[in-house]
Amino acid sequence: MKGLTLAEKIFTLRLGRRVTAGEIVVAPVDLAMGQDGTSPLAIKAFREMGAKRVFDPRKIVFVIDHIAPSTSEGTSELHNLMREFAGEHGITLYDVGYGICHQILAEEYDRPGMIIVGADSHTCMHGAFGAFATGIGSTELAAVMASGKLWFRVPGTIRVDFSGELPPYLTSKDLALFLAGEIKADGATYKVLEFGGETVRRMSMDSRLTLCNLAVEMGGKCGLVEPDEITEQYLGEEVPDLRADPDAKYEERLEIKVGDLEPMVAKPHAVDNVAAVREVEGVEVDQVFLGSCTNGRLEDLRMAARILKGRKVREGTRMLVIPASRRIMLQAMSEGLIEIFLRAGCIIGSPGCGPCMGGHIGILGPGEVCVSTSNRNFLGRMGSEKAQIYLASPLTAAASAVTGKITDPRDLM
Amino acid sequence: MMGKVWKFGDDINTDLIISGKYKFKTLDMAELAKHAMEALDPDFSKKVRPGDVIVAGKNFGCGSSREQAPLVLKQLGISCIIAKSFARIFYRNCINLGLPAIECPQAYERVEAGDEVQVDISRGKILDLTRGFELEFKPFPDFILSILQDGGLVEQYRKRGGFAWGDIG
Repeated sequence: MKGLTLAEKIFTLRLGRRVTAGEIVVAPVDLAMGQDGTSPLAIKAFREMGAKRVFDPRKIVFVIDHIAPSTSEGTSELHNLMREFAGEHGITLYDVGYGICHQILAEEYDRPGMIIVGADSHTCMHGAFGAFATGIGSTELAAVMASGKLWFRVPGTIRVDFSGELPPYLTSKDLALFLAGEIKADGATYKVLEFGGETVRRMSMDSRLTLCNLAVEMGGKCGLVEPDEITEQYLGEEVPDLRADPDAKYEERLEIKVGDLEPMVAKPHAVDNVAAVREVEGVEVDQVFLGSCTNGRLEDLRMAARILKGRKVREGTRMLVIPASRRIMLQAMSEGLIEIFLRAGCIIGSPGCGPCMGGHIGILGPGEVCVSTSNRNFLGRMGSEKAQIYLASPLTAAASAVTGKITDPRDLM
Repeated sequence: MMGKVWKFGDDINTDLIISGKYKFKTLDMAELAKHAMEALDPDFSKKVRPGDVIVAGKNFGCGSSREQAPLVLKQLGISCIIAKSFARIFYRNCINLGLPAIECPQAYERVEAGDEVQVDISRGKILDLTRGFELEFKPFPDFILSILQDGGLVEQYRKRGGFAWGDIG
């Protein structure tokens, strides 16, 4: 094959004919996912359609992670609707406490070359495995459950190459926030962000997942990374040779030298409202949240624990730690990370989305300031419309918890 | 479709359209719709009338995949949304619910809040009745137009036992 981007190649291989950006295609879906904020509406639509049977229960996954455990009767009813439908159709449901939908997919389902759709915008994250993965709505999930297929416009691609070695105080979160500041919240709308370059080649899967997770915050349809030996090690199996062609036609190419960058934050109330941590340091912090599908993985917990070890969360500041999955939490326990967090005075939550979307635990009150490792700082996102959310890396979050003020992690490393 | 224009700016995200704190509790859209746009205009749900049209800036509907966002607007009677550009999941959600989402940057420049507009989705035209001018937008591909005309994917499946994109290879 010649002249194809990674996204074009995935569609080309899956459809068995050459397709290029701009073409509208109907493609088979290899995995469809719904969570508790979106599945209930999908179930309702599926039933209203009059559809009888799901196309293949092995290719559908439900996860209860957004409000988990339930905090109200209404939510419990919606959870039960999911359990009932999953039982009726033989769909695997990961119930309360298993973890965040995206983390479960990363741990158990994602493989290079797959076409994955999820009724959750951060589905773009699974592109870290070289799978084409994108977010859809509930009615579309119902349509996929009924037919096993979906229409796509084969997306154009922005290629982003990162070069240089990542210094210990920088993370892939800082790179993604920097990029959001450069191309803005709609800079990649309808497009794929294909990440490459030596920095990405050396990155762990955890870091790549964080990078791809934030693609949607720039409007991206999917964040993609070519699978390689790091993907192989993570999966414990061989991966296919699936790369963009050297002569691929990109809509745009960006090159970013990571050595020039500093720890970044996104200031209230937009992900593209970025600044260096140094520019906002000293802002007093009420709550720190370490977790979410963006930064709740083992590597993130290790980074934060490195800073918190032997230190205390500042009096007057709360730090909430929520591992992205049960598997991660178990490993964090065996590595002693959970003990470090508890001794530092952190609050540990059960695996799930936590306060990321303001549904429960850790809801912000008026005037409160939160440093969060999650993905959105929209007005009112985590509670009060009068609260301020700064998005940052796990290192910056942990450093800020120790001092009670927004702090550049270099000061504590 | 014809109605009065409500105007919003750039990057109106789905949390602003309907906050996450409400959507997990119920599938009752009439109840949820009371909170539509409340952070931007607390009385929006009371003031808006069936047929009304939203005109907005770039990246309308960015953020979450929550279909409750277009659903609450549809519930309030919004007949179409015209924006400089849309976030893609929101855009697809609108189409799938039979709510036309129209990209027309000139509309944001020229149409004012309170104007009466008439929209013809099959011909790709927006008529500003208050100011007396007409704008054009790129017509929808046939299969998308058919979803809109059927009233969304649910209705389309009920009617045809399948989806209009079934013919595309």
